[in-house]
Amino acid sequence: MTEQPQFTIRVDQNKYLPVGGREVHAVLTVEASGPVDNAVPETQAAEVIIVDTSGSMSYGKIAEARKAAQAAVDTLRDGVFFAIVAGTAQAHMIYPPERRLLPSNPQTRQAAKEAISRLQADGGTAMGRWLRLAADLFEPFPGAIKHAILLTDGKNEHQSAEEFDADLAYCTGRFVCDCRGVGTAWVVAELRKVGSALLGNVMDIPNPKDLEADFRAMTQAAMGKAVADVALRVWTPQNATLKFVKQVSPALEDLTARRIPSGPQAGDYPTGSWGGESREYHICVEVPPGVVGQEMRAAWVKLVVPDSGFQLAAGNVLALWSDDLVQSTRINPRVAHYTGQQELAGLIQEGLQARKEGDLELATARLGRARGMAQQSGHGETARLLDKVIDFDPESGTARLKPNVEKADEIALDTRSTRTVRMRKDPES
Amino acid sequence: MTAVTDTCPHCAYPVLAGESFCEECGRAIHAGAPGACTACGSASLGADGYCGRCGVRQPTGRDHHETVAGNSAGVSDRGRRHSRNEDAMALAEVGDRVMAGVVCDGVSSSPRPDEGSLAAVEAGMATLLKELRSGTGQVDATRAAVARAAAAIAVLGTYDDAPACTYVSAVVAPDQVTIGWVGDSRAYWLGARPTRLTTDDNSGGMLTAWLGADAGEVIPQVSTFEPDGPGVIIVCSDGLWNYLPSAEDMAQAAPDAAVSPLPTAQALVRLANDAGGRDNITVLVIPFEKGSSPK
Repeated sequence: MTEQPQFTIRVDQNKYLPVGGREVHAVLTVEASGPVDNAVPETQAAEVIIVDTSGSMSYGKIAEARKAAQAAVDTLRDGVFFAIVAGTAQAHMIYPPERRLLPSNPQTRQAAKEAISRLQADGGTAMGRWLRLAADLFEPFPGAIKHAILLTDGKNEHQSAEEFDADLAYCTGRFVCDCRGVGTAWVVAELRKVGSALLGNVMDIPNPKDLEADFRAMTQAAMGKAVADVALRVWTPQNATLKFVKQVSPALEDLTARRIPSGPQAGDYPTGSWGGESREYHICVEVPPGVVGQEMRAAWVKLVVPDSGFQLAAGNVLALWSDDLVQSTRINPRVAHYTGQQELAGLIQEGLQARKEGDLELATARLGRARGMAQQSGHGETARLLDKVIDFDPESGTARLKPNVEKADEIALDTRSTRTVRMRKDPES
Repeated sequence: MTAVTDTCPHCAYPVLAGESFCEECGRAIHAGAPGACTACGSASLGADGYCGRCGVRQPTGRDHHETVAGNSAGVSDRGRRHSRNEDAMALAEVGDRVMAGVVCDGVSSSPRPDEGSLAAVEAGMATLLKELRSGTGQVDATRAAVARAAAAIAVLGTYDDAPACTYVSAVVAPDQVTIGWVGDSRAYWLGARPTRLTTDDNSGGMLTAWLGADAGEVIPQVSTFEPDGPGVIIVCSDGLWNYLPSAEDMAQAAPDAAVSPLPTAQALVRLANDAGGRDNITVLVIPFEKGSSPK
């Protein structure tokens, strides 16, 4: 078991509540100190690489997509079960030709790369069907760490929204899928929906030449996963309400609706598979008010493998009522940090939506405020992206929408708005 | 609709099956049953002290406890602001009309102060009893007890991880009273002329002496005096004296201390809690009756 990561949960909160106070906030930092590099995890792994081969992928993009998929294949460890799928209005097996996964070895990797080199761009886009094929390919590997890469350059236009949703529901919980949008014709909201449902990340790749390095890095990260299907199990007191559970780092993801009941007063929130990494979660519990001096466990948070019930780590979120306002009004810096990050992402998304709908006044107000916040919170990357959409005068704090905005810049701002930055340093030990 | 199945044990208002709190008086319906949660009455208490149903942490023995020995009494309480009681106390009858009491106040900024104060009190009291009963004088016994208490807390930590506490002891015999102390816990004489018996080891709000692995050599202050009339010795932590700093304040708040030590100790703790209970509160009330030494 030495290659299993060691998990820890750290709780940052101000446990003091004012008299009558009910709302408890905490940021949980879950850290897996990973297996040593190159160590072969004991858990079986499976990988499906899905490449959009719709007509719009022709010219430069398909060539770069081939290279990227080949780089991903080269990064697969020996023994990892894998397949290559090409997506149009239907899903097509590229390697192996039949609907199954094959173990990675020098021969199968070579054969897969040859098959990839023959990929041609011609057809439509129905991502749900591609994902459904991946889910079926993973079916014979229930305990494995299952990961897919989805690359697309377009809108999901060859299936209905209902069918797409049904496909996503079918796939949910079966594998983790990281999504990449290349070019400027894809729809951020669609890929975000996939990434959200399948617990993966979403990135924009404006320049197809960057695909190869990105695919290699993504596959490497997938190969580093050592524990599959981990869940955050949250117990709350009777008559308490778990108002939300959100992942806040590395990216924002609201998990509240994912709750799967797991016993009296407890629910599981799936987090996918883990390698050596750290993620942060913001939870908010509304508890029945206690008396001054009384301490309550407002939430008991455990990281578990739901199938076996095996507990990887645990932490307590507490509430302690105090009539000392200095104690109870203090906001924990980590909670404040991520509350600000959520607000920033919300402003950007609302601003971009308003801009799309032609409400320029609202768009200017939201994006201008986001620009000011990004500046203050040290969110340099976001400030830079916002500057491509608005003109911001730091002196007066006034903002004006730019008349001409590159589509790629708008996509980048939208896609990356949910990425958060960590706190620079611990504010207090 | 659920049927009414019971009545509230406190106010007899009808309550529904499965309810934890009375809608009329708001009190916990099942509280008080042995092994039940003090807040909701559930029997599912975790080993870590939290209720498995309502999450409320159960009061531990130290959150509020009272002690009576011979003619004396003591009360120690968590107060209103702290989540646990880091004070510790011990009270014992050394022999005929001779009482000994020790109070230690764990330093909140140190690690495991509650364990530290308890270890110091237990070692201090055990040594006081042993020395006094074997004929050692009050002053030497007091010094020996402080030394043992200091050693007992020091072994719980290292210089960089040192539980720390204050210490104050009183030996009260019919002919003489001896007080020993380290830190800012206090002793008072409440008699014809109320007097504070200790000076705080404290400078600008910071302790200048304490017990703990990081304290270096501990040299207690020790004083003896011979009261010329009846009165009471009060031994307490700063959770009490912060609200009653002068001996006159203390005497006014404890008019019946000599005749009713336990109610007096309870009343003093209540007074501190009503005034805010900012810190843990511990007080020993040890009556003094003049006479000749029993030996």
